[in-house]
Amino acid sequence: MSETFVKILLGFIVLWPFAGFVLNGLGWHGNSKKAIARYACYMVLSSFVASVVIFFAIKSHGAYTVTYFNFLDTGSLKISFSFQADQLSSLFLLIITGVGFLIHVYSAAYMHEEEPKHYARYFAYLNLFIFFMLLLVLGANYVIMFFGWEGVGLCSYLLIGYWFKNNEYNYAARKAFIMNRIGDLGFLLGIFWLISKLATVDYATVFAQAQSLSNFDVTMITLLFFVGAMGKSAQIPLYTWLPDAMAGPTPVSALIHAATMVTAGIYMIARSNVLYSMSEVTMNIVAIVGLVTALFAATIALKQNDIKKVLAYSTVSQLGYMFLGLGVGAYTGAVFHVMTHAFFKALLFLAAGSVIHAMHHEQDIRKMGGLKKYLPITHITFLLGCLAIAGIPPFSGFFSKDEILAAAYAKNPLYWGLGVAGAAMTAFYMFRLYATTFLGSFRGTHDQEHHLKESPSAMTIPLIILALLSVLGGFLGIPEVFAHDSHLLKTFLSPVIATGAGEHLEHGTEYMLMGISVAIAALAVIFAISKYKKTPELGEPAGFGKILSNKWYIDELYDTVIVKPLNVLAGFLKNIIEKSGIDGLVNGVGRLVNYSSRQLRLLQSGQTGSYILFMVLAMIVIIFLWIDDHFIYKFISGLF
Amino acid sequence: MPIEYYIFLSLALFSIGIVGVLTRRNAIVVFMCIELMLNAVNLLLVAFSKMYYAMAVVNNSATTFGTDGQLFVFFIMVVAAAEVSVGLAIIVMMYRNTHSVDINFLNRLKN
Repeated sequence: MSETFVKILLGFIVLWPFAGFVLNGLGWHGNSKKAIARYACYMVLSSFVASVVIFFAIKSHGAYTVTYFNFLDTGSLKISFSFQADQLSSLFLLIITGVGFLIHVYSAAYMHEEEPKHYARYFAYLNLFIFFMLLLVLGANYVIMFFGWEGVGLCSYLLIGYWFKNNEYNYAARKAFIMNRIGDLGFLLGIFWLISKLATVDYATVFAQAQSLSNFDVTMITLLFFVGAMGKSAQIPLYTWLPDAMAGPTPVSALIHAATMVTAGIYMIARSNVLYSMSEVTMNIVAIVGLVTALFAATIALKQNDIKKVLAYSTVSQLGYMFLGLGVGAYTGAVFHVMTHAFFKALLFLAAGSVIHAMHHEQDIRKMGGLKKYLPITHITFLLGCLAIAGIPPFSGFFSKDEILAAAYAKNPLYWGLGVAGAAMTAFYMFRLYATTFLGSFRGTHDQEHHLKESPSAMTIPLIILALLSVLGGFLGIPEVFAHDSHLLKTFLSPVIATGAGEHLEHGTEYMLMGISVAIAALAVIFAISKYKKTPELGEPAGFGKILSNKWYIDELYDTVIVKPLNVLAGFLKNIIEKSGIDGLVNGVGRLVNYSSRQLRLLQSGQTGSYILFMVLAMIVIIFLWIDDHFIYKFISGLF
Repeated sequence: MPIEYYIFLSLALFSIGIVGVLTRRNAIVVFMCIELMLNAVNLLLVAFSKMYYAMAVVNNSATTFGTDGQLFVFFIMVVAAAEVSVGLAIIVMMYRNTHSVDINFLNRLKN
């Protein structure tokens, strides 16, 4: 395919969702809801179709880099507005537009209770999000990526606070925005550092010249980038915004806070794998942060009772696995897990949305139960999603998680052990969620039970498609032990991602690792189902469970350690520095002028004599100032 | 006579004038003190004029150097005469209005 054609097509891929944003966002409020949803969905569908075309073009031809215009040209630093469509970005293109389209269709039904103008606003934000996300993955340099990076943060904020009349949601939106901003600062500093050392931000040039960077520079740049990834992809210590982000509508949680935006950090590190591979220190930090996050979030998920909160912590935990994969050099494994996770987590969220929809906005799983017979399609798809995330073969999560764990074992068996422990917890809490929600008997009100019915086809069809993808997605990356050269994804990504170390385990070892992790996961599944099928946890947890259900009190800790001292400092600045210091200074100047003028006006007494006296005194002073003192000295000394 | 004598006399007259202006309340006395100061300056001008002329005439008998000081004195006298007439007229008017020549009475310039 010719370069010009790709250039135009890529431009359209990005601009279609933006056009949808403009159409729905700037007026046209008179449109019916049907028309609004149709615009939004078609725009994303067009992008998806074009992305498929691009995907096949890249598959046969290789990567394209197209430049649209010179974005910044200052002396030695030239930044062009260009897109790089290569294997990695085309994969993300497909995930974003494909899953994005399904979620758009789902949203059209899920949000049907909204007023038309809010409905239009919702789809405008959603399209804008797709636009920025595409910009993020298509950009051929870090600056364009940063645009998308900031843009998706903005859309995330807007969509979390979509129901802006609820102040708690606004607070959650603000929290997400601020947490992301902390990370973004790191990313930005990393870009500045890169510019100061290499005077370029283009991927191709940066990676070609990476060897000229000193070890310290590479470590600092990659660490700063990782700070950005921590914020965007919700890793310790910046993860607390993601569970709160569940305040947004459920499809938003599926699209932004599970499938796409939160994986931007993984994309960025996978994209910069040349730099990361150069710094052993950063790799270790990434792996440890990822592993700790994976375990930590999994423990919290064990005791959550909000269906979306469980999924949110599970997302944090799965993102941790992806970072573990990146940290041990299994970039392909991490990207693979991004893909499978996008399928099964979007599926789980959408199925949860279907449950919430049927339950009339009830999210507490303690008030559900026995939904199996009321929501058959949702039940089956949710079960498939749970099996996929739990890592039961042959569902997709098994392949991607196994690849990461195998690489972790090669690096350090301890990583593997902890990773398997996390996987066991994942299986346990997912099936706790499944059993409490779908098995047993219904625990809600009679009114709710009466209205329980399966969601409309606009919601169930995306569920079915995603369920198929969750089941089959794993076959894109069949491990080496099963069949030679069958890891299609690795072959596909090999031009952008150098094959890392630690992917060549003995076949016997790999079979053993796989067997252990599958056995543990299966045991956890059976244990969870048997434990919660008949007697779900209804009461308030006590002891250690209370700590877990309160999320290790991390929010409270941040509140005490960071927010409260900042508030005290702000109060001090406001009351002491501002009121006494600055106000005092400003008012003091005013008072001084006022006072001195009051005193000076006493000089104007109206007494001619005093005027003359002042005149004479002033003249004497002037004379003494004018005549140079040497002359006076000589004159006076001459007199005597 | 040495120039110093003239300077001392002039300074004395000027100081008396200033002190008079500053201390006396009678408008006529104040007026006279102003005249005294003017004349102190006149005296100084004439004295210096004479001195410079005497110094210059030694070298050149036809010189007029220094005499312009005396011209100033005449100017000052003329202006002073005009000023006296105006000033006295003001004092007369003031006396007619206030039956007093006390200058402290004239404090309406205030505010």
